[in-house]
Amino acid sequence: MISMLLGLLLAPLLAGLINRVKAFFAGRRGRPLLQLYWDLARLLRKNMVLSRTTTPVFLLGPALSLASLVTCLALLPLGGPALLFFPGDMLVLLGLLALVRFATVLAAMDTGSSFEGMGASREVAIGALAEPGMFLALAVLVVQTRVVSLSELWAHRGLDLWNSAGLVLALVAVALFLLLLAESCRIPVDDPNTHLELTMIHEVMVLDHSGPALAAIEYASSLKMWIGAVLISSLLFPFHTGSAWLDLLAGLAVVFLVTLAVGLVESTSARLSMLRVPQFVGLSSALSLLALFLVIR
Amino acid sequence: MLLAGMLLSVAILVLGGLAAGVLARNCPERAVALAVGANLLAAGIGLVIALLTLLTGASQMTVLPWSVPLGTLALRLDPLSAFFAVPTLLVSGLAALYGRGYLAGKGPSSWLWFNLMVASLVGVLLSADGLLFLLCWEAMSVTSFLLVILEDERAEVRHAGQVYLVATHLGTAFLMVLFLVVSPGAETLAFPRAGTLPPTLAGLAFVLGLVGFGTKAGFVPAHVWLPEAHPAAPSHVSAFLSGVILKSGIYGLLRVVTWAQQPSDWWGWVLVLTGLVSGILGVVFALAQHDLKRLLACHSVENLGIIALGLGLGLLGLSGGSPLAAALGLGGGLLHVWNHAWFKSLLFMGAGALGKATGSLQIEAAGGLLRRMPGTGGAFLVGSAAISGLPPFNGFVSEFLVFMAALELLRSVHPLAGAVGLGGLALISGLAVACFAKVCGVVFLGEPRSPGAEKATETRRAMLVPMLLLAALCLLVGLAAPLVIGVLDAPLGQLAAGADLGPVRASLGWLAALGGLVLLAGLALGHALSRRPSQPGMTWDCGYSRPTARMQYTAASFAGPLTEMFSFVLPFRRHGKPVEGFFPDAAEDHGEVPDPFNQRLYEPIFRGLMRFSLRVRAFQHGEVQLYLLYIVIALIALFIWEAL
Repeated sequence: MISMLLGLLLAPLLAGLINRVKAFFAGRRGRPLLQLYWDLARLLRKNMVLSRTTTPVFLLGPALSLASLVTCLALLPLGGPALLFFPGDMLVLLGLLALVRFATVLAAMDTGSSFEGMGASREVAIGALAEPGMFLALAVLVVQTRVVSLSELWAHRGLDLWNSAGLVLALVAVALFLLLLAESCRIPVDDPNTHLELTMIHEVMVLDHSGPALAAIEYASSLKMWIGAVLISSLLFPFHTGSAWLDLLAGLAVVFLVTLAVGLVESTSARLSMLRVPQFVGLSSALSLLALFLVIR
Repeated sequence: MLLAGMLLSVAILVLGGLAAGVLARNCPERAVALAVGANLLAAGIGLVIALLTLLTGASQMTVLPWSVPLGTLALRLDPLSAFFAVPTLLVSGLAALYGRGYLAGKGPSSWLWFNLMVASLVGVLLSADGLLFLLCWEAMSVTSFLLVILEDERAEVRHAGQVYLVATHLGTAFLMVLFLVVSPGAETLAFPRAGTLPPTLAGLAFVLGLVGFGTKAGFVPAHVWLPEAHPAAPSHVSAFLSGVILKSGIYGLLRVVTWAQQPSDWWGWVLVLTGLVSGILGVVFALAQHDLKRLLACHSVENLGIIALGLGLGLLGLSGGSPLAAALGLGGGLLHVWNHAWFKSLLFMGAGALGKATGSLQIEAAGGLLRRMPGTGGAFLVGSAAISGLPPFNGFVSEFLVFMAALELLRSVHPLAGAVGLGGLALISGLAVACFAKVCGVVFLGEPRSPGAEKATETRRAMLVPMLLLAALCLLVGLAAPLVIGVLDAPLGQLAAGADLGPVRASLGWLAALGGLVLLAGLALGHALSRRPSQPGMTWDCGYSRPTARMQYTAASFAGPLTEMFSFVLPFRRHGKPVEGFFPDAAEDHGEVPDPFNQRLYEPIFRGLMRFSLRVRAFQHGEVQLYLLYIVIALIALFIWEAL
């Protein structure tokens, strides 16, 4: 329960953290750490402009995304088992993430804008390639621990696992990190700061959303990033401290470290050409597949 | 008692159909009403009986007097046939209701064929004798052929009918051999008893069944007839063909499996690989299609692939000694049989409504239809989410079971099969999301791309109600998942002794609860957002002040990144007049994606066959003298043979 509340509270912080890292590398002071919170509060007070082309799908998209992602938090272990866990909960989590993609894409197509159609097209292409990577990465952990629930995977992680199959786990970690970059629309797949519609993916899909709807989208995408980072932290960080509070602190620390790593990648690498993105995302699936073959050989 | 009720339901169908055929000329309205009424009545009776059979697990057999050589009129109603009878009767009832509105008085005599088609499929499910099975099977094929060519004034419909007829008979040829091989005695073609076929014979039967029934189910590479035939038929028939008739292939295959003493390992592997290839290629072909019904037909190939994948994983679990994996895989495959029947017939009905309203099935000519046809559009959106395997709809439940089967194999007896199944199904579902995002986005959202779409209005109520019912069913199965899987217990018991879905019931409960929660919360939040103050504006197009519908992203562009990625299996054919010179004339560009199997496998084979036949034809020239000469030569040859 506490980890869920922490997720709801802290998720927007990650964007601020990444921005500070980027600013540090660029030699600037950067935006305040809490900027996204202020942005969300400001957006919530605003009115919306709704294109005459749109249907209820336009607002239902962000709403369903937010509802799904908040529900995902209930399945996510952090510093302890999740609020809910049952065999196959990872499949429900991935199903909800697919629902988020479908809802976001349809809300984008609802505007009839060619830019948003373009972004939607890229989003589904990347998603279709990322999905096997996600499933296969989790499958590696399932083979190793013989459990099929995220919270049980969290309980089974540990140093002996890393000792017996460090290479495999490292591959999974890289794959999950690449997927985090792709799914949360960071460089080198997508650039959240670009200002040219033709080169955007996620940002271009939400061009026409404004006010509270945009706030829902921004908040939902920070939750998505949080989920990706927590997955890496909770499934791969090997140390158990024995105390629930210390476990939670350690888990959070790893989440922030992962975020810093995202910022680092974003500061030091360029964005890939759109034609290379499928290869990048395919790479994560290939890494997971390699890891999987290493464990079941 | 139950069996008698099912036969009553068949009799009602046949009588209603015959009455419609007789009355069609003189009082067509009454004929249609009779046929549709018979369908609804038969569906009502049959559904109650099928569900009772499923819940009680009862099995009834009877042999009626019949004087046909080799044949006996052996009929059996067991949970497996009842399981397939449920979608048959439910979809036939709703499709009849829809078809009445769709045909709007045209072709009243076609109802004879429709009713006979449904009745013969129920006959297939009830037969416990090879000859009877083949007769019903053939009746089903011929009646469905007659329905496919209902609009035979169009050349492509005639072509589709021809392809369908050839394909279905090629498949049937294998089935004839199958029944000859497995029959227990020389004097009869009766089905063998369950669990009696020794491994070698069972293996042979499995291969014959895979080819014969696989052709009906549309497994790659025997799928080529499917994207031809299903779009050509009127939409209520397409709904029944894709939603139900394809499943008769799955039923046949499962029946063969029950005959074996013990399914071998390689059966599972063959099904897993067939399922993967069909699933991935089906959805990739669908991405490249821009005719809505053709696209949906390609998705049938994909979904039948998912079913085969689930069944294959289940068989691997069974042969490897993991009853849980067996239950999950077989159960997931079976449940997908039902689920696909609901959403695919819904989608075909939606496509029909759309074609009626806009005058075109081309995706690129549609757009903005959710505003103009909110009922059809809403139902179609639900069907799309369901077929893409998204929570909280029914498709997610069956895919969840198949995924769980893969995970179970992964951690126990067949890690490799589990890995292959898991990765493959993940790719398939990712691509399906992409494809249905394309369909929904381009067809129902945005601005209309043609005058036809501009003027579209909501479809008539007779067509809308069946769609809404099916959409409700898709949601209901998703929300009541732990209860719905209760119907799987009895048929599972026939396929795999000791298979029990009990261990996942709790997971399915959580899945349904979370899905329902997300849906409710999302709707509430969306409602709250819509209550916030807003002002109307126009879509942002970089400040361009007069955007037109033609500036929207097209379906071809939307699918572009993915179709290019899979260009190695998609032979693009482009033609037209390119833009040339400094002052170009009008230019045009057309592109289509023919089926690679048709192009590279079947066309060469049939061309070779044609060439051979033309050569042989030289012997058949109609000159009697020469025919007499053949006889003399043959006689002399025989004399010589005898003398030697």
